[in-house]
Amino acid sequence: MNAVSMEAGLLLAGILFLLGMISVMIRRNIIFMLISVEIMLNAAGLAFIVAGSRWVQPDGQIMFIFILTMAAAEVSVGLALILQIYHQLKTLNSDTANFMKG
Amino acid sequence: MADLLWLIPALPFAGALLLVLFGNRISRGLVTAIGAGSVGISAAITLLLGIEYLSSQPAYYHQEVWNWFNVAGFNPSIAFHLDALSMVFIFVITFVGFLIHVYSTEYMAEDADYSRFFACMNLFVGSMLVLVMADNLLLLYLGWEGVGLCSYLLIGFWYKEPANGYAARKAFIITRVGDTAMAIGLFMLFQAFGTLHIQTISTEAVQLWDTGAQMAVIIAFLLLGGAVGKSGQLPLQTWLPDAMAGPTPVSALIHAATMVTAGVYLIARMHVIFELAPVAMMAVAAIGAVTLLIAGFAALTQYDLKRVLAYSTISQIGYMFLALGVGAWSAGVFHFMIHAFFKALLFLCAGAIILALHHEQDMRKMGGLRTSMPVVFWTFLIGAASLAAFPLVSAGFYSKDQILWLQLAGENGSVWLYAAGLLGAFVTSIYTFRMVFITFYGKAKTHVGHQPTMAIKVPLIILAVLSLVGGFIELPHNFGHVVLFSDFLSPILPTISVVPGFDQYEWMLQLLAAVVSLSGIYIAYLFYISKPELLASIHRSSTAMAVHRFWHSGWGFDKLYDILLVRPYVFLANVNKRDVIDGFYTGLARVTEGFHMMLSETQSGVLRNYVAGVVVGAIMILTISIFL
Amino acid sequence: MELTFYIAAAVAVLATLMVITRYNMIHALLYLVVSFLAIAIVFFTLGAPFMAALEVIVYAGAIVVLIIFVIMMLNLTYEDVQKEKEWLKPSVWVGPAILSLVLLAELVYMITAAETAPAAAVVAVDARLVGLALFGPYVLAVQLSGILLMAGIVGAYHLGRQKKKVVHRFLQERSAAA
Repeated sequence: MNAVSMEAGLLLAGILFLLGMISVMIRRNIIFMLISVEIMLNAAGLAFIVAGSRWVQPDGQIMFIFILTMAAAEVSVGLALILQIYHQLKTLNSDTANFMKG
Repeated sequence: MADLLWLIPALPFAGALLLVLFGNRISRGLVTAIGAGSVGISAAITLLLGIEYLSSQPAYYHQEVWNWFNVAGFNPSIAFHLDALSMVFIFVITFVGFLIHVYSTEYMAEDADYSRFFACMNLFVGSMLVLVMADNLLLLYLGWEGVGLCSYLLIGFWYKEPANGYAARKAFIITRVGDTAMAIGLFMLFQAFGTLHIQTISTEAVQLWDTGAQMAVIIAFLLLGGAVGKSGQLPLQTWLPDAMAGPTPVSALIHAATMVTAGVYLIARMHVIFELAPVAMMAVAAIGAVTLLIAGFAALTQYDLKRVLAYSTISQIGYMFLALGVGAWSAGVFHFMIHAFFKALLFLCAGAIILALHHEQDMRKMGGLRTSMPVVFWTFLIGAASLAAFPLVSAGFYSKDQILWLQLAGENGSVWLYAAGLLGAFVTSIYTFRMVFITFYGKAKTHVGHQPTMAIKVPLIILAVLSLVGGFIELPHNFGHVVLFSDFLSPILPTISVVPGFDQYEWMLQLLAAVVSLSGIYIAYLFYISKPELLASIHRSSTAMAVHRFWHSGWGFDKLYDILLVRPYVFLANVNKRDVIDGFYTGLARVTEGFHMMLSETQSGVLRNYVAGVVVGAIMILTISIFL
Repeated sequence: MELTFYIAAAVAVLATLMVITRYNMIHALLYLVVSFLAIAIVFFTLGAPFMAALEVIVYAGAIVVLIIFVIMMLNLTYEDVQKEKEWLKPSVWVGPAILSLVLLAELVYMITAAETAPAAAVVAVDARLVGLALFGPYVLAVQLSGILLMAGIVGAYHLGRQKKKVVHRFLQERSAAA
């Protein structure tokens, strides 16, 4: 098998993470923000896989499983929150939920 | 039986504690039982103790509960000392206190803060008992401040009215002036004796100082300062009339019968020091004489029923000071006891009237209550007769006559003091019966709403009986010669030495006092019943009305203090508000505030900005880690 | 294998770019699925086939389906797409893009500057090894993730329930003022 350089894998993870981050910063729609967070989480998991593959250790994959678990829990709670926000405010614009601003 | 001594103050304290902790959760009946019951049991113990004391005649009972603290040889203890003087006081406090508690169950029945009222009242009774039973001056001072606190709490009981809160603060601050003097006096006593134990001081003072020693004089004056503040004497008397903002039972218990006479107790208790300082004794007598006149004239012009009684209290305490000042110790204490009976009675009657007339206190709106409230009328009349020293039948006649007689017959007395006392008695009987005639005679002006029931009537009748027969335990030499009371007190308080060969004039002076009292009543009758046009003619004269206004304002003392003390103080405080040091701290606060505003700007409520903030932070951290 | 990695990586980046530029939520989600599938291939090339399967099942399957359900519940319309277009003005992009570029530059610098051992051939770490480690040294973490999932379920149920609308008095004042 040909070797895939670790740098390339990490770079891919970094790029995906940054794309997700840009999206979080530019979106107002709260569902899009959630999707972007998923992209970022996935990128972080990718970095772990790359590292685990580089050192031939199972720990990287185990970390990915935990990230996966966390992402699943986060999505379910996050979506429930989005539903509530939508019912209360009748919009998905996250800027309207700013009643606690200083 | 003496082992139960500690229970007397402990019971009311326990009652107060229970009511503070559980007052809101228990029924009114239980609050009544705890509030009045604790004082009632105290009164019962006092009565039993008193009977034992009278039958066995020990010098005193003493009980040490525990050692308070021990610092550098100063070890005051929580210890109670009961001798004849304390006996008189605790009898009045528990017994009259109990009657007033019973009375309050009806007077305060409609009030939402029923349990708070009884908690404060119990705390007061406990503190007052500590004051008079303390065996050292520090414990006495604890009780002294405790009653001051309760006075503050109860004057401002209806705190939703800002004026009541103001009156409470005024009372607290003005008495604090006297208390500070007293505290300094205690420091000096400790410096001189190394202890604050009253018995020790009393026995050692005579050996330490000659009569007129400078230290003794200074200490006596400082203690007098405390007594003057607490007892509402000149020049610290202005708080007492305003203290009438509290509920009427409070006025009866605290501002007539017990707390305001704490000054009398203090002077009587420390009589050894005062006897070593003749100048201070003279000052006591002079303060008493001037106060009784000023307060008497002020009482003449008041329209508020309770304010008349307040000024009359100041005036009657002036009589006590007058007696103490010439060394007639037992006469002063005797007048204290009788005064507690009849003044509590008058206040309670006034309370019944106020309750009946829907909290109307203005006498001009009363009238004709003689027929509609007969029990209150008769008991009030008895109290008024006692206050005005109505000859022969009233207790007040015997106690006041004794004081007046000793002004002339006593060695330290003088004609001037006697004249002041006599003039005061004249004014007293005028304003007392002015009050009676305006309130109970004439046409009814306000509808009588609440008729007193047993809880009010019984205390009134008991106090009325005491106001009548209380005087018979001490009758003049030429008139039965009963000296039960002064004999009772003689182990504690020295008897006054009388100028020899003066006895033969005693009947003339008694006759004079009787005539003065009766003529005062007649003048009041003339002005308010038979010839109202005389009153109208006074009202037409502008000079008389100016005097009236002057007296009505309590001789302008409030205004004087306002100009002399309050305004300069407020002015200084305003000037001092913006000094350099303050500027520094204000600046500090401003800077903090500025940063706060800046930071709070970042809390825009826009989620994206927060994320951007996190990203910028990440960039910073990465940059730092790269370049390091 | 290396080529496969690069192709899959390119697809993943492109698909993600499409995700973050879409106005229509469903379109974005479809691109997201593509991105996840590409990443699954990346996992495969890195010798983690089991993870590739999980990526497809959980990410591309469960999570995306969950989001689609919610979008369906919210009844979004054409106006919402228009609104999304309005919100995503080009000026909005500038700041985040600059920040991300800076961060990317730093990342590249750090990855390349580090001393790297020559890349060894990819050895597959198979699911058996992962399972042994998971239920050996990591068993406590597994239990904790179980608790986390439980909390997630309970939390989602509690939050997702349609309750009577309770508005804080502060919010009421706000809406009254508005």
